[in-house]
Amino acid sequence: MGIDLEKVDRIIEKYGNDATLCLELLQEINGTFRYLPREALVRVAEKNRTPLSQLYAMATFYKSFNLTPRGEHEVCVCMGTACHVRGAPRILERAEEILGIRAGETSADGKYTLQTVNCLGACALGPLVTVDGQYHGKLNTARVEKLLRRSPDEDAQEHN
Amino acid sequence: MKMHRSITDPAALEALRRELMAEGQAAGASVSVCCGTGCRASGALEVVEAFKQGLAARELPVKVNTRMTGCHGFCEQGPLVVLEPGNIFYCRVQAADVEEIISRTIVEGQPVERLLYLDSASGRRILREENVPFYRGQERLLLAHNGRIEPASLADYLAVGGYAALAKALTEMTPEQVIAEIKVSGLRGRGGGGFPTALKWEICRRAEGTTKYVVCNADEGDPGCFQDRSLLEGNPHSVLEGMLIGAYAVGAEAGYVYVRHEYPLAIAHLSGAINEAREYGLLGRGILGTGFNFELKISRGGGAFVCGEETALISSIEGITGEPNPRPRPPYPAVQGLWGCPTVINNVKTWATVPPIINKGGQWFAATGTAGSKGTMIFSLTGKVNNTGLVEVPMGITLREIVFNLGGGIRGGKKIKAVQTGGPAGGCIPEALLDLPLDYEQLTEAGSMMGSGGLIVMDETTCMVDLARYFLSFTQDESCGKCTPCREGGAQLLHLLEKITKGQGAEEDLELIAALSAAMQDSSLCALGKLAPNPVLTTLRFFRDEYLAHIVEKRCPAGVCRSLIRYVIDSSACTGCGRCRRACPAGAVQGTKKEPHLIDQEKCTRCGACLEACRFAAVLVN
Ligand SMILES: Cc1cc2nc3c(=O)[nH]c(=O)nc-3n(C[C@H](O)[C@H](O)[C@H](O)COP(=O)(O)O)c2cc1C
Ligand code: FES
Repeated sequence: MGIDLEKVDRIIEKYGNDATLCLELLQEINGTFRYLPREALVRVAEKNRTPLSQLYAMATFYKSFNLTPRGEHEVCVCMGTACHVRGAPRILERAEEILGIRAGETSADGKYTLQTVNCLGACALGPLVTVDGQYHGKLNTARVEKLLRRSPDEDAQEHN
Repeated sequence: MKMHRSITDPAALEALRRELMAEGQAAGASVSVCCGTGCRASGALEVVEAFKQGLAARELPVKVNTRMTGCHGFCEQGPLVVLEPGNIFYCRVQAADVEEIISRTIVEGQPVERLLYLDSASGRRILREENVPFYRGQERLLLAHNGRIEPASLADYLAVGGYAALAKALTEMTPEQVIAEIKVSGLRGRGGGGFPTALKWEICRRAEGTTKYVVCNADEGDPGCFQDRSLLEGNPHSVLEGMLIGAYAVGAEAGYVYVRHEYPLAIAHLSGAINEAREYGLLGRGILGTGFNFELKISRGGGAFVCGEETALISSIEGITGEPNPRPRPPYPAVQGLWGCPTVINNVKTWATVPPIINKGGQWFAATGTAGSKGTMIFSLTGKVNNTGLVEVPMGITLREIVFNLGGGIRGGKKIKAVQTGGPAGGCIPEALLDLPLDYEQLTEAGSMMGSGGLIVMDETTCMVDLARYFLSFTQDESCGKCTPCREGGAQLLHLLEKITKGQGAEEDLELIAALSAAMQDSSLCALGKLAPNPVLTTLRFFRDEYLAHIVEKRCPAGVCRSLIRYVIDSSACTGCGRCRRACPAGAVQGTKKEPHLIDQEKCTRCGACLEACRFAAVLVN
């Protein structure tokens, strides 16, 4: 799958060859393409004369990077301690059942990516899930069901 | 007011402050809507919009300002709205309630009863924020202004006395005097270790080298903690001012704030504050007309717990070195930090404590707290407690006071079992020790630690073995893998705990756990591995019988560990309403309407959906 290398070049240009900005550079690429395409990493390595292995080291070390394309919608279940004691494992399990994928995976139709996070900083509202960055707090399994079954896409389908 | 000038010297700063304060006093009334991450999640932005539209649509005798403030800390009751005059406090406000608030409270001066906080102990509604038990027991020093100001607004921060400490430090104090004042205050680092702040600064000041740095650690990796987020989001200028003073004290001209990427709002507010400070000359060259120069940059983390550790954090800021692993210390960062230069790294809360100390004096600060731990501490109170949120309290307060007075006791009238402090590196304090005064020493003595101030309350339905397993899986997952004790020891420890939670444990395993833990504590490279066994050791120390129940009786007393429990329906309590049948994702609940239902144990996956769905307490865990 080809990607728009011009976009990559623009990002590389914006951050330049500054080691302190490399993490941000990769974060922007990850945000733009919804993952870190191999071609993009190769391009960064070439332009900034950085060993590709080091870029891969960063890409696999930090949790915020993805090496495979993420789905259109991103569901993120908090597995932090505060959420854990209020039932996060059950929330995750229910989400996995509903979406038919395991944490870290993307559904075959490319619609959903399911991820976990260590804490979203809204622990008082746990258990917590974000869908495309929107927070949904004080969940139970029934509410997760509602939340994930009533996704924007399915809403649209119902109207058709 | 539109501010229009660069603040060139302390006199100009004071003149501007007087103007802003006069303007604030002249304003008639205000509506402050908490717009922290928590309240946003509950619909705060819609509430703000409704107020703006509702107020614009009316002719009111006084001008009412709608203000989007930072986190008030009582996130659970959000969205929170505070009305002035009167400090009237409304909880769980939705956009649909706004019309009523405007017509009843703003126009007629009457409270809307149903939106007032309901005190479950007395059954009464409480009108003012300061009388709500959750706030009454607090002593808010760092969080004082969070709910009063627009977070990134320099004007608002100046109006509450902002940057006065910086002016004082730069014009009336030498760097040595600043450090001496911090020493008198007894301030210790709020990021976990509790290292004396003045000592760290002194080492850095004395260290050789002309280029020095200050760094703010806002990685807040401890799950269940959100005080750093709340401060950065709600009052970023206070952190900035603290860093400026620290930079002056140690002789640094540049600094970094390392923020975790999960906190987009904190990053946005902090960048706003930095830009405005730069615009008005509070960052840059010749600050306040003195010879002091300082620049500040934000560095975004990438979601790795170990990057909160100071040496890993440094290499993460430096950029590519492959993986930012911790390195052995000494040399400490204060001597050899960013790019090999002397660097002071402090936590968000530590930096934010600096301005009040400079303003009011070290002695004033040291008057609060215990012998070894001074001032206030912000705890994030979460878990099975009624009131969850951020509490800022004097050091030395007891856990019991926090959980029962501020926190309003345990949810659903259940029994408290323990409080977990210090995050994945901390330990569990059992019910019997709840009267322990909270300070660095006492917590360490109890086998736990202060950490970054997480307090997770657990009741009888929390399994301590499962909790230890949870923390181990966390630290194991976050271990960078560089040193063997942490990488392999952690994996083996986790394996043993998994065995026990599955009912396959043996009594000898407990000895093995102790031996492995000791090895990890002795020989891991950084505190991640050294402290990882803590949650296991403290639960073993205080809840050995629970481990034995899993091992010997093959029973999970809290009803959590799946391999050891069964869900059954109490036929005398079951009304046959069918809620559990519909809720069961495995189709394991059978029965006809209005007849007691049954759970097919073959099909049951023990997910607990039936328990959650039942309204008649008819689902039992065996
Ligand atoms: C694994 C690990 C994670 C840490 N995470 C954090 C963190 O998220 N925030 C923080 O302020 N300190 C963290 N620390 C402590 C820092 O290493 C350092 O001691 C602290 O930032 C110093 O600031 P202070 O003196 O103000 O506490 C962590 C330490 C370890 C070993
Ligand atoms: S533990 Fe889930 S938001 Fe903090």
